[in-house]
Amino acid sequence: MNTNVAVDAQNVGKIYGIGNSAVTALGDVSLSIQKGEFFTLLGPSGCGKTTLLRCIAGFETPTSGAIHLSGRDITHTPPNARPVNTVFQSYALFPHLTVAQNVGFGLKMLGKPADEVTKSVARVLALVKLEEFADRFPQQLSGGQQQRVALARALAPEPEVLLLDEPLSALDLKLRKEMQSELKRLQTETGITFIFVTHDQEEALTMSDRIGVMSRGALLQVGTPHEIYENPADRFVADFIGETNFLEGTVADGKVRIGTGDVLDVALKVQTGAVTLAIRPEQVSIVPTGSGIAAKITETTYMGTDTHYTLALDDGSDIVARVQSNTTQAHKVGDAVAIRIGTVQVLQS
Amino acid sequence: MSKPSGQRSKGVNGWLLSTPALVLLLLAASGPLLIVAAYSVMEKGDYSGVRWVLSGEGWFRVLFERDIFDQTVSLADANLSIFWRSVKLSIATTLITFFLGLPTAWFIATRPASSRAFWLFLITIPFWTNLLIRTFAIMEVIRNQGILNTALMKSGLISEPIQILYTDTAVLIGMAYVYLPLMVLPLYAAVDRFDFKLIEAGYDLYASRWQILRRVILPIIKPGIIAGSILVFIPSLGAYVTPRVLGGGKNMMIGNFIELQFGQGQNWPLGAALSTVLLLVVLVSLVVYTRVSSRDNQDG
Ligand SMILES: Nc1ncnc2c1ncn2[C@@H]1O[C@H](COP(=O)(O)OP(=O)(O)OP(=O)(O)O)[C@@H](O)[C@H]1O
Ligand SMILES: [Mg+2]
Repeated sequence: MNTNVAVDAQNVGKIYGIGNSAVTALGDVSLSIQKGEFFTLLGPSGCGKTTLLRCIAGFETPTSGAIHLSGRDITHTPPNARPVNTVFQSYALFPHLTVAQNVGFGLKMLGKPADEVTKSVARVLALVKLEEFADRFPQQLSGGQQQRVALARALAPEPEVLLLDEPLSALDLKLRKEMQSELKRLQTETGITFIFVTHDQEEALTMSDRIGVMSRGALLQVGTPHEIYENPADRFVADFIGETNFLEGTVADGKVRIGTGDVLDVALKVQTGAVTLAIRPEQVSIVPTGSGIAAKITETTYMGTDTHYTLALDDGSDIVARVQSNTTQAHKVGDAVAIRIGTVQVLQS
Repeated sequence: MSKPSGQRSKGVNGWLLSTPALVLLLLAASGPLLIVAAYSVMEKGDYSGVRWVLSGEGWFRVLFERDIFDQTVSLADANLSIFWRSVKLSIATTLITFFLGLPTAWFIATRPASSRAFWLFLITIPFWTNLLIRTFAIMEVIRNQGILNTALMKSGLISEPIQILYTDTAVLIGMAYVYLPLMVLPLYAAVDRFDFKLIEAGYDLYASRWQILRRVILPIIKPGIIAGSILVFIPSLGAYVTPRVLGGGKNMMIGNFIELQFGQGQNWPLGAALSTVLLLVVLVSLVVYTRVSSRDNQDG
């Protein structure tokens, strides 16, 4: 087995309940996460992200399959015997303990001598910049500070893997951005493998080394943010990651003919049949009538640096173009224009 | 900033309106207490009642006795053993109700929200029944020809009935049964507020089950434990009916001892002094409780 693998999930399935009320939370998930990796599980609500994380933490036992940690089978190991710590979404800080006592809890339970605990706590509190709050109680801290305590508490025992279940979802946008880079920094500094759960695709794209996209208990695609964005495996991934236009087309003579009759010259893996074209809004440019596919502007949304135009094609399909606001003179609703399409992903329909 | 006058006059009106109630409350609550306190420092009457002469004899007799012949003073061993039994039985009752009450409260708090009211109702049912009837019910269970002994003998486990009735054990069983709800309810309130995610957090941070109980659950539900303990300890200490019925005449507790002074003993000042002592113990417990729980609210 590859010694660089931190977590290896093999055909993990999880069914909650029995009989008629059984819910399949995880179908058959296989996944290898490298040591020192910032890995993100991304997917819509209810797709099984938390369930997979809880299986890795040990709070749930998979119904089928096995989980290995650095080569050891931990499928049936209780959470307190796994060198894995969790940052809970609700933080779950101990209200009766000070910040320092919270952070030192894991080390104390591991039976570390008191002076060693004190030293480690001081070091980790410095890492998350909370030194001056050591003697406060959790409820005397702001949400962002509590978040850092939760992080510090999970980092202090120096786990092999840190699990983070939507740790930023309770923070406001500004704090969230701040914590994103903070998390990234902590991960680089500690070298600990992070498994991060989110349903925010932007967060996933900016923070991760690799992303696993999940839907309905299945892992659809695993890859770097670039791969996932530029080369989505299917329509679901393309739709979930960033905004995407979908156009139906048919393959003929190595080219794709779309509904309007226009023909696009794209790289093809298939030679015949129906395909779906996934086109990012920034790959659509607006050009004068006659020099591209005829379109009519039906909606404009000014977004600051960018403007989003919704255009109707002749066959009735809609396509969204994202154009830099300052480089074009603004188009109005009702304007007849033409569009040109850059990079296109061809998906099997 | 000055308060709007309307608000102030409303406050004054509020006090005025509640004056009759307050006067009644003061008279009804403190009047009898004052009488008790006054009786405790008077001379004992010939048969009962008091003579209106100041005397420390009532208080003296709480702890000491005089030899009838040579008037030498010695500690009143009988009194001390009654105090000791009362405290011992009350502490034991508190412990028993705690060890039975915590799992019960935990069980109720972890039921689906819809069925919790039902379980709480079951717990409070005994409250709606007369104490004497409940105590006689317990007697029916533990007496020599009672349900327990009959069942044990029929099953061949014992050949002679076990004498439980009229022992301290009987008093303990009775008090634990009677006061269990007073322990369960505050414990339930505390466990209900407990965030069960903290157990997962502890388990994730390498704590064993025992450590989770000791370092996470118990410290967090401490206010409920203290409230329950005081609610059980105070009435246990002053219990009268249960030790009277289940303990028989000999296994007296303070409550029975006080009654004795006002009845057969014909020593009202001593009874009044004993009552005052009991009241002071209760007050001290309450003060300790308020201190501890308000400190708890401050730091967590
Ligand atoms: N304890 C449970 N008992 C029964 N079903 C459960 C349980 N926990 C989760 N499920 C179900 O399993 C599925 C996956 O849940 P999970 O919590 O893993 O989703 P998620 O991806 O984390 O969603 P979210 O983004 O909303 O947190 C859901 O359909 C959920 O209803
Ligand atoms: Mg979740």
